[in-house]
Amino acid sequence: MHELSVAQALVEQIENLVLERNADSVTSLRVLIGPLSGVVPDLLAGAFPLAAAGTFAEHATLDLVEAPVRVHCQTCGAETEAAMNRLLCGTCGDWHTQLVSGDELILESVELQLSEMSGELTRPENV
Amino acid sequence: MCDTCGCNLTPGNRKFAYRPVEPGATTVSVLQNLLKKNDDQAAHNRAHFDSRGILAINLMSSPGSGKTALLEATIRALKGEFNIAVIEGDLETENDAERIRAQGVPAHQIVTGTACHLDAHLVHEALHHMNLDGIDVLFIENVGNLVCPASFDLGQHVNLTLLSVTEGDDKPAKYPVMFRAADAVVISKTDLLPFLDDFDPARATSHVRDLANVAPVMQLSARKDIGMETWHNWLREQLAAQRSLAAGGSTRRPAIQPDGAALHTA
Ligand SMILES: Nc1nc2c(ncn2[C@@H]2O[C@H](COP(=O)(O)OP(=O)(O)O)[C@@H](O)[C@H]2O)c(=O)[nH]1
Ligand SMILES: [Mg+2]
Ligand SMILES: [Zn+2]
Ligand SMILES: [Zn+2]
Ligand SMILES: [Zn+2]
Repeated sequence: MHELSVAQALVEQIENLVLERNADSVTSLRVLIGPLSGVVPDLLAGAFPLAAAGTFAEHATLDLVEAPVRVHCQTCGAETEAAMNRLLCGTCGDWHTQLVSGDELILESVELQLSEMSGELTRPENV
Repeated sequence: MCDTCGCNLTPGNRKFAYRPVEPGATTVSVLQNLLKKNDDQAAHNRAHFDSRGILAINLMSSPGSGKTALLEATIRALKGEFNIAVIEGDLETENDAERIRAQGVPAHQIVTGTACHLDAHLVHEALHHMNLDGIDVLFIENVGNLVCPASFDLGQHVNLTLLSVTEGDDKPAKYPVMFRAADAVVISKTDLLPFLDDFDPARATSHVRDLANVAPVMQLSARKDIGMETWHNWLREQLAAQRSLAAGGSTRRPAIQPDGAALHTA
């Protein structure tokens, strides 16, 4: 239900990046999303084109990478996978755990199409 | 960082990570929370609260779980002890702000339209319509919804989530994002427990623990004045804790905020 607000925030963030880098448009973007972020990947994927219409991100592909739910046990120290509503240690069953992964909502990277003007910025970063 | 250690590469996304960059294109690593703008505004709101020594509490629940009723009863009992103000964001009952003002404390109604959650910008806007001088505790009554309010930081110090006994005791298992975010859980309308055979407070509490949440679970009835003393004491403790933090120049955020981001950039 709030995925449109999240998509709008995402588009705003990448639009700023386009302006900052003096790029032409956004080719693709990669978002890491965990089930405990409260954002449903399919709904975000559906909302993205609506938020992106008429922006530099209009033709961008959104790659959603789903993060697994993993917990670190404070009792026995094990790190195990868990269900989003049972964050119990997979080894000893204790509930005194800490989430290691699963609540992410992170814009990891953006691939930009550069204009002639962006000069030295064509140097690939990251990857 | 994720991209260098490869910790989040899966067979499904590997191709994106190693896709060669075409001429004229560049891949920029960002690693920012999608809600960064909201988070920045929330930090600004929190600074407003901290500079005035105000404890800000975000109240969340399903529609009708008794948020406004709890506020009314709390104000009646404690208005001689603390100065309370309320931001009303609940759209289920449009007269919530009126109900609060009738108790003699300032309340500002946020007109959310069809919004299903409050965000930090809406709260900031509301703050500028309020006189916060001398306020000790600011309650922010969020939109009645167990889904999205948990994802938007408002600048509050603590999250309080209500679960009324007329709802299922498995709500925490059905809405884990919300109940994981709670710094305290209130099981409300306990005066109705004798008439309900399917709500077990111990089971509700155990579902909260299954979310690795240590939050206190308080049982009360605002209407019949049952269990209110424990709640009042919790409030007193939170205010004292907040004051000593603010005096030392620090602050706090709700215990569980998305931390995956921090771990991934560490
Ligand atoms: N029996 C009982 N009813 C309550 C209690 N607290 C609230 N209610 C009722 O529940 C309904 C919704 O309460 P309200 O405070 O408006 O809920 P909100 O939507 O969460 O703000 C109203 O009819 C209240 O009178 C309670 O402690 N006991
Ligand atoms: Mg209300
Ligand atoms: Zn363990
Ligand atoms: Zn919402
Ligand atoms: Zn301000």
